[in-house]
This record gives sequence, C-alpha cells and structure tokens, in this order.
Amino acid sequence: MTDITLVEAVNLALMHEMEHDPEMVVLGQDIGVNGGVFRATVGLLEKFGNERVLDTPLAENMIAGTAVGMAVQGLHPVAEIQFMGFIYPAIDQMVSHASRMRNRTRGRLSCPMVLRAPYGGGIHAPEHHSESTEAMFAHIPGIRVVIPSSPTRAYGLLLAAIRDPDPVVFLEPKRVYRLMKQAVEDNGEALPLDTCFVLRPGSDITLVSWGAMLHETQQAAEQLAGEGIDAEVIDLATIKPIDMQTILESVGRTGRCVIVQEAARTCSVSAEIAARLAEEGLMSLFAPIRRVTGFDTVMPMFRLEGHYMPGTERIVQAVRQTMEFA
Amino acid sequence: MNQTTTFSVEYHRFLRPDGEPEGDLPPLADDAETLHALYKNMVFTRLYDERAIALQRTGQIGTFASSLGQEAIGAGVGHAMQPEDIIIPSFRENGALLFRRFRVRDLLLYWGGDERGMANPDLGDDFPICVPISTHTTQAAGVAFAIKYRQQPRVVVCLLGDGGTSKGDFYEAINLAGAWNLPLVFVINNNQWAISVPRSLQTKSETLAQKAIAAGIPGIQIDGNDPIAVRHHVAEAIEKARGGGGPTVIEAISYRLCHHTTADDATRYRSDEELEAHRKLDPVPRLKRFMEARQLWSDEQESVLIRDCKAEIEQEVQHYLDSAPPKPESMFDWLYAELPQELHQQRQSLLVRESSND
Repeated sequence: MTDITLVEAVNLALMHEMEHDPEMVVLGQDIGVNGGVFRATVGLLEKFGNERVLDTPLAENMIAGTAVGMAVQGLHPVAEIQFMGFIYPAIDQMVSHASRMRNRTRGRLSCPMVLRAPYGGGIHAPEHHSESTEAMFAHIPGIRVVIPSSPTRAYGLLLAAIRDPDPVVFLEPKRVYRLMKQAVEDNGEALPLDTCFVLRPGSDITLVSWGAMLHETQQAAEQLAGEGIDAEVIDLATIKPIDMQTILESVGRTGRCVIVQEAARTCSVSAEIAARLAEEGLMSLFAPIRRVTGFDTVMPMFRLEGHYMPGTERIVQAVRQTMEFA
Repeated sequence: MNQTTTFSVEYHRFLRPDGEPEGDLPPLADDAETLHALYKNMVFTRLYDERAIALQRTGQIGTFASSLGQEAIGAGVGHAMQPEDIIIPSFRENGALLFRRFRVRDLLLYWGGDERGMANPDLGDDFPICVPISTHTTQAAGVAFAIKYRQQPRVVVCLLGDGGTSKGDFYEAINLAGAWNLPLVFVINNNQWAISVPRSLQTKSETLAQKAIAAGIPGIQIDGNDPIAVRHHVAEAIEKARGGGGPTVIEAISYRLCHHTTADDATRYRSDEELEAHRKLDPVPRLKRFMEARQLWSDEQESVLIRDCKAEIEQEVQHYLDSAPPKPESMFDWLYAELPQELHQQRQSLLVRESSND
C-alpha cells in the first residue's frame, strides 16, 4: 500500500472497477492516449483497450447523451467532462433524461451512469476553468451529486458512484488533486453514499464543508483549537441528497454551525443546509447559522481568485463571531 | 482550383401520389402480406389518432400529437425493424410505436398524463417517447454503442422531425455515429413544419439528408408518403447497419396534415391552399389504390379492416378509461432504485396530506 494523491485515487478506483466490471466503459475527451488532462484515466487505454476506453469527439452534450444511452442499455459508463466550466451543455441530458429515465418508465429502464468533472478554483487556470456550480446539479431530482475531499474518499466514493444503480455526478476538487497523499488500499471497498463523514469530533461548533474547502476548514479547526474552541468538522461528501441527520445530530450537540463552501452564496448548497437547520434544528441553536462562501460574482480570473476563495482566515473569523454571539 | 469533395443526394420513390408505380418495384411490392400489414398499420394509426383527438377534446387525455398524413413513415419503419431492434422515438411516431409493442392503452395513458404509459415491460429495450427535441439522438448513439460492444446483431432506429435537424444534438449524434461506425439509422420525418416554422426557415441546406454527408455517412431522401419506399429503404439501411455497414440518415419527405398538437392552431400560420395541395399526397389512399389496381384489396376487406380497427381501439380506450388512477406516492417510488433516507419524510408528508383529504 503506497501513499497516493486524490487524482491517483480516482485512477485507482477506475482501474479497479474496469477490471472487475466488464460492463464498465469510460468515455470523454483526451481520456485515452493522453490519460485525461489531469491524468485521471492514465493507463486505462493500455490495459483495457479502445473498446472500453473511448476518446470521443469534442461535444459535451453528446458525451452525456451517449453515456445515457449506454447506461439505459445496462452498461456502466463513466463519462469525463474535462472541466466543470464546460459541463453545461451536458446539464440538458442530466435534467431531461438521466435523472428521469427510471421514473418515467416506472423502473422499466434506468440510467446507472457517472458523469465526472474536475471543479473549483485555486489553480490559476484560464477563464471558465474555476467555477463551483455543484448546486445546479444538486437541484435536479433523481440524481446524486458526490464530492470527495481526500484520496481515501475519492477511491471509496467513486467505486460507490459507479456501482450505484442511478446517475451520479461526481465532482473532483482539482485544487486538492495533488495537495495531499494518503495510504489507499486497493481493496475494492466502496464508501457509503448519502452519508456525511465526521472528520474531526468537537463539542463547541459544527463546521460543514465539502471538496477542497475542507482543507481550509480543517486548518481553521486546528487554529481554533489553539484558542480553546473545539470545532467538529463534517465532510458533506454527498451533496445530493444531503445527510441532514448527521448534521442535525452534530448541531444538536454543539448548538452552533458554520457552513463553508467555495461556490457563490445565493441558492447554494449552504443555503439549503441553513434552511434545513432553521426548519428542523432551530431550538438547538445558540447563535445564527453563518456561511463562509464565494461571492455572488462571476468567478474572477486568477489574478483575483485568491480574494474570492474563502480562506482559513474568513472561516476562523466566522467561527469567532458565532462563538461571541453566544 | 482543386475540388476536394463533391456530393449528391439520391431521392427514391416507388409509388406516385395516385398509387401508380414508378420505375422498378422492390420485391415487397408483390408481397400481399407486407402490403396488408403496412396498410393496416396506417389505417389503424389514423383511426387511433382520430379517437385520441376526440378524447382530448372531451377532456379525457391531455395534449396529443397526431401523425395525420405521415402514417407511411411509422408503418414503414415499424415493419422494417426486427423485434430485437430498438426504437428511439420522438413524439409523432404513433404508427411505428404501434408496430412495436406499444399498445393504444399505453399511449393513451402517456398522453393522459400518466408515467405508466411507458412502463409496459413488454416494451423491452424500446425507449419512451422523447418530448425535448433531438435530445434522444445522442442517446441513440450510446445505445448503438452498447449493441456493438456486446456484438449483438441488433440495430437502433432513431426518429426525429425536420426541426430536430437544426439542433446541435443531431449534428453531434450523427458525427459520433459516423466516427464510431454505429449500427444506427436516423429517420427524419420532414413534415415541412416545426410548429409554425416552415422547413424553408429551418435551414438553407437544400436537403436535410445532406447533413449526413458532413458526418461521413450516407444520407438519402425518400418520398415519406410512399409506404413501399419507406419500408424498402429503411429496411435496407437497417440490414446494412446490422451487417456492420454503419449508420444511415434517411430524410422521409412528408407533410403534417394535422396541427402540431391539439394545443396548436395551424390556421394561424399556413394557408388552406397549401394544406389542400398536400392532401393529394396522402399515403393511405396511395397504397390502397396500388393494392386495388393489383386486385390485392377489396371494398369488403376495407370495411372489415375499419370495423376491426375501430373495435380494437374502442376496447383499448375502454381499458385506458377503466385504469385505476396512479398512486400519489408513486412520484417518489421510481425516482431512485431505493428512496434516499432524505426523501422518506417528503413522501410521508404527501401520504398524510392525501389521507387527510379523504
């Protein structure tokens, strides 16, 4: 067992499942010979051949639509969209078809596909390469949206996504693709979907985040520990459907909650969590729920992206304000 | 100047509008059984259409899309397909669906606002009706890939309209079908109108078939109101695809003698003169005249056929009208393979509300 990065864990999960599931195929732009622009699919072509590792023409809508057709026929396609900024033509297929196929045929047909895409800012990429628009997908009934935050969770959650009988949008936080290494055992064991992971137990305040922002959120929790504030850190992991039970249970103990996301603020996943806490957990709250988010602006090009991204300092600040309130 | 490429588009027809043969006929023109099957499907579809419109006008189904005047396409496509092939329809292929395993009761359920209409397990791998335009074309490529991947001797037939050829989805789908040499036949029902937008405003392209040529695949035009031409050329394309010969695009030229749907009023945008001119191209009397001239059809057969079709349709309509209403909670029950924990509460709240309304 060697220490690997998040993107290597994605590759390992793809490799494992391709080997064990003859119905699985991968498709997308530059995923074959090139191994994907982030190398997530490197080595797959050599091992499984061009009948299962499919370099497609350059058309995102077609990639998603083709994956829908494959999945309805019972294959297990894992389609890659090169960057989330280019995923929008594929939304039509996810909203109008992938998410509805089981329902509109009352289970006669279904759509066990995965749509993978790297997302998020912080790598000084060109315009349209840095957005975090996971909420657009989280709004769609009938699909799951899953975001790993570490190599172990990338491996286990991607296996779960591929094996899930329904469509999954799997968003990979590219800022942390190579930020950390973890020992990941290639044992083929999936992690549960629809479940939060408590990364750090704590008693004073609940910090909820997902994807790359968990890095800063955990840093903030460490810093706050030095100030005597014991923060619980929750990795949302599946952002659709949301495991509110774990969050409500945590906030029930701590009485305080700060939600941290890179995405713009309005109508976001943090807004949903805050609303649900207000509906179902109000009586356990000592202080207003706070949100640390990106701004409701266009994601700036990279000279300003550092100002956009919610860093550790903004998280620490929000926690202090919450603690000071009550 | 060097010319790098040239192209031409073939146009095929066997029966003139008056039912007289034109040129050499294919063998199926002598096969009474096939002709009767095509004719029966067209007549049945037309009677079903009429009945469905009456049901809509009396509030017993919702909006309905008729295929009046375009029945030869559905009949020809449906008859050309083998049972194991897969149809990926849009929403105006009533005859083709009836040739498959869709029943009138299924289609009425669907247009009656009930998901169970596309649920009949006998439909096998056939796709449900697709309402968004051309979004099913790329899915057809995915299905065709799966067939090819599994080395099954099956073919996918994807139907769309003239308006659908303006969408990027169609170009993306035919492009992939060519690049991957997929067992896939696209049949375009060029009925001249996309709601109120005429074919002349859809594209400057002289034919819709020639769009296939840019994707490196054959594109042909046929008289879509000639059931023999549709049956012959669609079957030819299907069998070519089955043998590994790759995809084809067939532009079947027809005319929408009906409104776009029951929610549309075509008198707002097209003239009576145009409509009347196209009535003369009607595929149903065309095949009837052809069969009559060859002593393959009699007045008695005609009246028996109409009587039988009407009786079957009435039986199906009654079946639809007698169907139990869908359970409200069914909107949750097929959303995922297993309802996520998060949705149990919403489902429960619906059940509580429904029971308090009783």
